[in-house]
Amino acid sequence: MKENTAINAVQLRDVSFTWTGRSPFRLDIEDFSIASGETVLLLGESGSGKSTLLSLICGVIAPEQGDIQVGGTRLADLSSGARDQFRANHIGVIFQQFNLLSYATALDNVLLALHFAPERRGRIGNPRAEALRLTDALGLPDSLVINAPASALSVGQQQRVAVARALIGAPALIVADEPTSSLDADAQASFLDLLFAQAKEANSTLLMVSHDERLGARFDRLVDLGNVAHVERGQAA
Amino acid sequence: MIFLRLAIKSLISRRMTVGLTIFAIAMSVALFLGVEKVRTGAQASFADTISDTDLIVGARSGSVQLLLYSVFRIGNATNNVSWDSYQDIAARPEVDWIVPMSLGDSHRGYRVMGTTDAFFERYRYRGGRALDFANGGRFSDLFDTVLGADVASDLGYKLGDPIIVAHGLESFTEHDDKPFRVSGILAKTGTPVDRTVLISLEGIEAIHVDWQGGAQRPGRAVSADAVRAMDLTPSAITAALVGVKSRLQVFRLQREINEYPQEPLLAILPGVALQELWGIVGVAETALIGVSAMVIATALLGMAAMIFAGLNERRREMAILRALGAGHTTIVAMLLLEATLIATVSAALGTLLLYAGLWVARPYVDAAFGLYLPINAPTIHELGFLLAVVAAAAFVSLVPAIRAYRMSLAHGMTIRS
Ligand SMILES: Nc1ncnc2c1ncn2[C@@H]1O[C@H](COP(=O)(O)OP(=O)(O)OP(=O)(O)O)[C@@H](O)[C@H]1O
Ligand SMILES: [Mg+2]
Repeated sequence: MKENTAINAVQLRDVSFTWTGRSPFRLDIEDFSIASGETVLLLGESGSGKSTLLSLICGVIAPEQGDIQVGGTRLADLSSGARDQFRANHIGVIFQQFNLLSYATALDNVLLALHFAPERRGRIGNPRAEALRLTDALGLPDSLVINAPASALSVGQQQRVAVARALIGAPALIVADEPTSSLDADAQASFLDLLFAQAKEANSTLLMVSHDERLGARFDRLVDLGNVAHVERGQAA
Repeated sequence: MIFLRLAIKSLISRRMTVGLTIFAIAMSVALFLGVEKVRTGAQASFADTISDTDLIVGARSGSVQLLLYSVFRIGNATNNVSWDSYQDIAARPEVDWIVPMSLGDSHRGYRVMGTTDAFFERYRYRGGRALDFANGGRFSDLFDTVLGADVASDLGYKLGDPIIVAHGLESFTEHDDKPFRVSGILAKTGTPVDRTVLISLEGIEAIHVDWQGGAQRPGRAVSADAVRAMDLTPSAITAALVGVKSRLQVFRLQREINEYPQEPLLAILPGVALQELWGIVGVAETALIGVSAMVIATALLGMAAMIFAGLNERRREMAILRALGAGHTTIVAMLLLEATLIATVSAALGTLLLYAGLWVARPYVDAAFGLYLPINAPTIHELGFLLAVVAAAAFVSLVPAIRAYRMSLAHGMTIRS
């Protein structure tokens, strides 16, 4: 750990990444950071590279150049295996939809997050009880969580299971990629209430992606990707 | 353990395709094991056809040919062994016992063999088992006959029934003036003896005294009663089974018979000739094994194809696992685990199918082919084979696994369709 400044939860410097293939896409980010404990809403139109940025932060893809730090750790310093382990231990991820392994129970889906994350596992006495505590707090009945395959849950319920999975073991950073876009307006509001409450309790930093500005009021900061990133698109072949 | 549980649930959620794949592999495994069982069973019962006989003697021809007509009742002798030579050999000091065989006639498709009581004492099969009578006993009269188990059951003969011997193997001329009477029926042996009609050597001579060439000498017929008074010493026999006093003398006796100056003779070691014959039959056996191995390979490739085809639909699953912190190797391991599970269940199911099949088919196979298929615990060899199937499954699943690895490398956390 560096001694001088407060450590940012996320920090990108001079990062560039290119998707090669039929429609090449290049993303350059000069400087982007999120302070520890901050809640940030990342806006941007479809195809602007929001999900790509999240993949970079999570270390699922690696930049061609530049420096990405998460919680003070340089991802480039880690081997690919260590990066996977790091992601498991420090980042909770929520997708837009289809977050769960449909054949497994909600409980198994939540516990699976701990399987790869010994540090998160270490913070919890009884994983099963903790998983049920979280799903309870998120308003999911135990019987549904324990017995039913995830495919039997409604979309809203599945998203809440995904929140429980992202939060279990209190990772430092929660990354959510349009988690509410598959929900109707009412469900969106209650989903965000729950997400914020639980993220606060876990002291997690929250980075959420959306193209809906109206959600912005709850967040500490709104960032338009267009303002922090430079995008280049190749010719579609 | 959560992984094993998830892998099993994942397979169950795709139970239709997975089930069919498992069934295909299980069938192929059962087929292979079945072929293997039949093969070893056939080889064993083949090698068990004759035992405890040191030499088989006949007129000079090929050793396989001699074995075929003397033991398997297949084909014909080209020449006979003269009675003088037979007696000469019987009198040699090395010879412990000798059983003459006279072949050439038939009864309703079954071969008739003339021999002596010594045959019942000396003929051994399946590692030294002696012939048993299911009913009745040996020849007590010139016109007595002893039937093999299949002859009696197929033709429905009982003790005391009359039997007419036909001249030659496929002729319609019958020795109908001298009928035989069933004095005994042998217990089933699973050897060609079951399909043989046995009569005494004198009986053979008796029905042929008034024959010349292929027909009865006209006007010179000898009645069944009159023939009893005649000297019925045969002038020739077809072959003889020989036992020696000491095994050390077998080769010397064999060489001396093969160099017998008065007549061209051939003496063979039954074990060696059986092996030689199995070597010929064995080509088909190898082909059969090859084909069933191909069937397994096909089924395993089918499994790889199934996993491969499923990858696209499962990109979501892999993206989730990657996001949770699973490495590329975990993705590969997951697919290998899947293939291993499929193959293990298939191998177990295939083994079960085999035993069920054996249990159902065994009585039929035994009755129809005289082939005894033992139902016993899987041998080390078979367990090794099952293990090899599982290993091969893991190996072929490397193809989809590597593809999945590439996919997980090339994608971010989101799925693009
Ligand atoms: N795995 C991939 N392989 C190749 N190109 C990709 C891949 N993922 C994304 N891209 C490209 O990168 C660009 C940005 O995609 P990205 O998913 O980051 O956008 P987004 O802002 O998340 O869009 P949306 O709001 O629709 O989710 C797109 O042009 C897309 O074609
Ligand atoms: Mg996106």
